[in-house]
Amino acid sequence: MITCKNILLVGVGGQGTILTSKILSTGLLNAGYDVKMSEIHGMAQRGGSVSTQVRYGEHVNSPIIGRGEADILIAFEKMEAMRWVEFLSKSGKLIVNDYEIESAPILAGKETYPEGVLETLSKKTSTLVIPATKMAMEMGNIRVMNIIMLGVLVKQAGLASIDWKKEMNNLIKPKFVDINLKAFDLGYQYNIKGY
Amino acid sequence: MKQLLTGNEAVARGAYEAGVTIGSAYPGTPSTEIFEALAQYDEIYSEWAPNEKVAAEVVVGASMAGARAISAMKHVGMNVASDPIYTHAYLGVNGGCIYVTADDPGLHSSQNEQDNRYVALHAKIPMLEPSDSQECKDMIGKAYEISEKYDVPIIFRMTTRVCHSKSVVSLGERNEVGIKHYERNIPKFVATPAACRRHHVELEDKLQRLEDFSNETNLNFTMINKDAKIGVITSGISFQYAKEVFGEQASYLKLGFTYPIPKQKIKDFAANYDSLYVVEENDPYLETQIKALGISVLGKEKIPITGELNPEIIASALLVKRPDYVQQDKALVKGRPPTLCSGCPHRGLFFELSKRKDAVITGDIGCYTLGSADPLNAMDSVICMGAGVSAAHGFAKVFEQTNDNRKVFGVVGDSTFFHSGITSLIDIVYNQSNCTIIILDNRVTGMTGHQENPGTGYTLKGKKAPIIEIEPLVRSIGIEDVRLVNPNNLKEVREALNAASVFEGPSVIITKWPCALKKLHEEEKKEYPVTEWVYLVDPDKCRKCRMCLKVGCPSISFDPQVGSYIDRNTCVGCSVCAQVCPFDAIEKAGDA
Repeated sequence: MITCKNILLVGVGGQGTILTSKILSTGLLNAGYDVKMSEIHGMAQRGGSVSTQVRYGEHVNSPIIGRGEADILIAFEKMEAMRWVEFLSKSGKLIVNDYEIESAPILAGKETYPEGVLETLSKKTSTLVIPATKMAMEMGNIRVMNIIMLGVLVKQAGLASIDWKKEMNNLIKPKFVDINLKAFDLGYQYNIKGY
Repeated sequence: MKQLLTGNEAVARGAYEAGVTIGSAYPGTPSTEIFEALAQYDEIYSEWAPNEKVAAEVVVGASMAGARAISAMKHVGMNVASDPIYTHAYLGVNGGCIYVTADDPGLHSSQNEQDNRYVALHAKIPMLEPSDSQECKDMIGKAYEISEKYDVPIIFRMTTRVCHSKSVVSLGERNEVGIKHYERNIPKFVATPAACRRHHVELEDKLQRLEDFSNETNLNFTMINKDAKIGVITSGISFQYAKEVFGEQASYLKLGFTYPIPKQKIKDFAANYDSLYVVEENDPYLETQIKALGISVLGKEKIPITGELNPEIIASALLVKRPDYVQQDKALVKGRPPTLCSGCPHRGLFFELSKRKDAVITGDIGCYTLGSADPLNAMDSVICMGAGVSAAHGFAKVFEQTNDNRKVFGVVGDSTFFHSGITSLIDIVYNQSNCTIIILDNRVTGMTGHQENPGTGYTLKGKKAPIIEIEPLVRSIGIEDVRLVNPNNLKEVREALNAASVFEGPSVIITKWPCALKKLHEEEKKEYPVTEWVYLVDPDKCRKCRMCLKVGCPSISFDPQVGSYIDRNTCVGCSVCAQVCPFDAIEKAGDA
């Protein structure tokens, strides 16, 4: 069997999963890998759960994976990490942004945001918790959270040899490049504490 | 040069390389980005048509005129376009012609899960099915050759996963094939009964020759693994899944040209394997035809007909292989149902409609289908494009028969009205029913991701265009009672609904305000100034009555201790919640 690596990026519409996976997959392509990336458009802009799959290796067949096959699950939101955790391999790694986004029924007080998501996840699987939204806000732009997470991902996936700065220069609007390059470095150098 | 392209982008690239000069389409997920990508090529004239039938007829004409032409539509769009497409099969082409159908297994963004491979079979149109982006690009070129060689249009069948997955594509150069000479040819292109009796005979002959082609072409190829005991016959994205699942344990007959199927090639392949599987998504299109050849295969007895496939589903169906995974804690996962966006101009209307418990509201296809969702719940039906208008007429006529005095409202978006609401409204005027059609003019085709339409003043290529104004249009067909309202002004909306409720005969309300996410054109910025304020809750005035929650705005949250709270980062200042608050606790505040 041909082996390839599977990365699943999940979050809530508007958090920047698509740009992140675009940078990731373009970098992998330029590094010589076969790459497939799959995303579903549609309801995402309206606050839905979104996921993007990136697969790379010598040769990739299916653009999507089944449960238990992701090497890395990178979640931009806590509850989304729990929603998608079944796709993670038992030997896989979860990287999760310590941040809550309330769904419409939770906002309306009809449901409550679940308690103890990170504790429960960390008992189930290897879990790295990053306060990426907090870090992004400290940098002055909450939207660079995704690139902080990309920095963490690149380190964890052992992909540091790829020229990510070049990819970001090409794919990010010029006026936002600098802050995103800083966000990437911040994520890459972040000293992760296990949960 | 290698690039990562979605299947949709690769189809557009394939059309460019094949020398296509014209395309016409109507947006529809998952096909929309084909034309957004096509519009980037200066060499190709491309347009948004009002609907798929119009688009198909445009490309029939363009093909007759000698150009290589393309149309693309979602699966249900092909239902709309089927009238010209079915007869085009008889007439044949001058320049090559392709109809792309983008099916949606799993209903990611659709109202049904129809398998349009049967359209090829039914309409007698040759069909190609790509399984990744490289094939998308290459097979478009091949499809034009087949179209012109055999004098037939082509159905190019994709699915959501092929449309929206990115994979590596080697780009080529554009082949300037030019536009063929056109000369009037009445026996060929005028579809009279006499001509089409002859055309049908000719078409059956073409299909015979196309079956020979199907047996010969390397669009249908085998991938033989020496020690494999299993044979897999498959097409489209299922090929990629099958390789993922079986690897070298199986040999494959991969079909890229799936109508007419290559009967001989299938027989030859099948003869080598005792275990023969057909792996295909949704209906047993291949399986039924293969079984009709007397070949014993395993397919839909094991693989589900419903929903989208993935490697896991195939592995557990055919290999009884269960995945090993980290278990989710279900109690810690809550749903994220989609809602109307903050500042959505549909909210005010649906809030007012939601208060009329005795009204019947026939809905239509678009973001405003979410008017059916909690907490608004203001909708009785959604069927297809345009049915918000015509189904209202059906309800109203039956209510006349039963002396039911419930008021019937039909809601339809601007783009959907242009698509197929106009003819429905003509029916209402012609046959006079007592219903009110509400046209939700948010100045854009919203749900599919903000495409221009005949009412927006711009074309797909970004050129200025005449604006088709809805109000004079509906007046001109005989609607006398027309009201134009700002949907963010609840009093205006309420008064219009009240007046329409007592009016005898057909009436129209137009709610006009741009989509909150629309990037406004310069001239629109003057008409619809950007709000520089937000609305915030004064916690001292909030009595925790939860009225503001009934508008269902994602910027508003509620805590039983503190009351309502508005997120100033996402509020766009539409003021609908402030108009609803009975205690004036929601107030305009500074700039955003």
